[in-house]
Amino acid sequence: MSHSSKSPWLIHYDASSCNGCDIEVLACLTPMYDVERFGIINTGNPKHADIFLVTGSVNDQNIKVVQQIYEQMREPKVVIACGVCACSGGIFKECYNTLGGVDMAIPVDVYAPGCAVRPEAIIDAVVKGLGILEQKRAALDAAKSKKKEA
Amino acid sequence: MFIPMLIFGLICAPILGCLLAGVDRKITARMQGRVGPSILQPYYDFRKLLGKDTGHTNRTESVYIFMYLLFVVIATVLFFLGGNFLLVVFVLTLGVLFFILAAYAPGSPYASIGANREILAVMAYEPMVLLVAAGLYLATGTFDVVAMTQASKPAIIMLPLLFLGFIYVLTIKLRKSPFDLSMSHHAHQELVRGMTTEMNGQTLAMVELAHWYESILYLGWVALFVIWKGWVGLIVALLVAALVYFLEILVDNNFARMKWQFALKSSWWLALILGLLNLGVILLLGLAL
Ligand code: SF4
Repeated sequence: MSHSSKSPWLIHYDASSCNGCDIEVLACLTPMYDVERFGIINTGNPKHADIFLVTGSVNDQNIKVVQQIYEQMREPKVVIACGVCACSGGIFKECYNTLGGVDMAIPVDVYAPGCAVRPEAIIDAVVKGLGILEQKRAALDAAKSKKKEA
Repeated sequence: MFIPMLIFGLICAPILGCLLAGVDRKITARMQGRVGPSILQPYYDFRKLLGKDTGHTNRTESVYIFMYLLFVVIATVLFFLGGNFLLVVFVLTLGVLFFILAAYAPGSPYASIGANREILAVMAYEPMVLLVAAGLYLATGTFDVVAMTQASKPAIIMLPLLFLGFIYVLTIKLRKSPFDLSMSHHAHQELVRGMTTEMNGQTLAMVELAHWYESILYLGWVALFVIWKGWVGLIVALLVAALVYFLEILVDNNFARMKWQFALKSSWWLALILGLLNLGVILLLGLAL
């Protein structure tokens, strides 16, 4: 079924981004890009969200926060790393105080590179994430029906 | 007429409510210069929520939400079956109380603030709603919805001020800006999501469903002011209800959120001035006649 992919709600968390990527994420909501066309809503509530957009790299301060937001989200869920900082640590990779990309904290499904990441790239990444969301949902449904049979 | 109206209240009302929510989002987007989602978007959201894995911070929450949905459905069905208007009002209030309990249940600070504000909202609109019930009674001589629809002339002729006051509190009842204090359908992010902060999956889907019933029920109340016997009356009433909803969307998009103090004070003053003035005039005229 294609129901999950028609209403992806997202939560956006700024790990330690320079704010460049965050501005681009918010730009997606403006009339220029209007992601609500695809049913995408920026919820700000992990319990309502299907897609977790993270910008910036993780460090010792925020790794717990990133993990907690991820844990609070209900299955099926998808994580998108926005910007090179979130993908790998980017220009801050070698810094003494960064741990690296978001995948150091939680499993990442889609990497959207760019410094700053373009709104088009974010939309592309979300669309790619929708496919993964569908797969996860199918897996969840299969697991549920198996449980019922057993 | 019993079976068709039962089906209308039970099945058509939420479908219409869903489409109304979709049209609302589309018009809102157009007003903001965006393309906006498909009109079926609320339905897609609903289906997705049903398919999500549901978790509970506190299990009783979903029981309360179920009771909320149940009472809202009973109120809607009662209304469209032409039952007692006062009963509809009270059953609906009971439903909203369950919604507030559900928001308190998980003990989340965000949801609790949302619930506190919802109580204030109920306090704000309830006097006006009761005056509306009294006004409709004075204008039509009955509390039965079915008898009100058979009136020889529309109630609004006798109740112009009450109608205005009711439109005002309708914004609070529909939780639209400037009075979307307890929760909001838009991307306002303060207080996370107000009352629904801890609700997810099927619980949230039930909340959405209840909203669809509610909005159609309220538009039914609006129509009740305008309707009179015959087809013309019905069509005019439907047009007025649609117009009022459009007005709500317009207000929603043009006002920033007000503080709860303003919501409470303004609606009480309006209830006092518009409502009591209107009722007083009717009573005096009635005595004079
Ligand atoms: S990728 Fe570039 S724009 Fe984005 S957070 Fe990192 S440094 Fe800033």
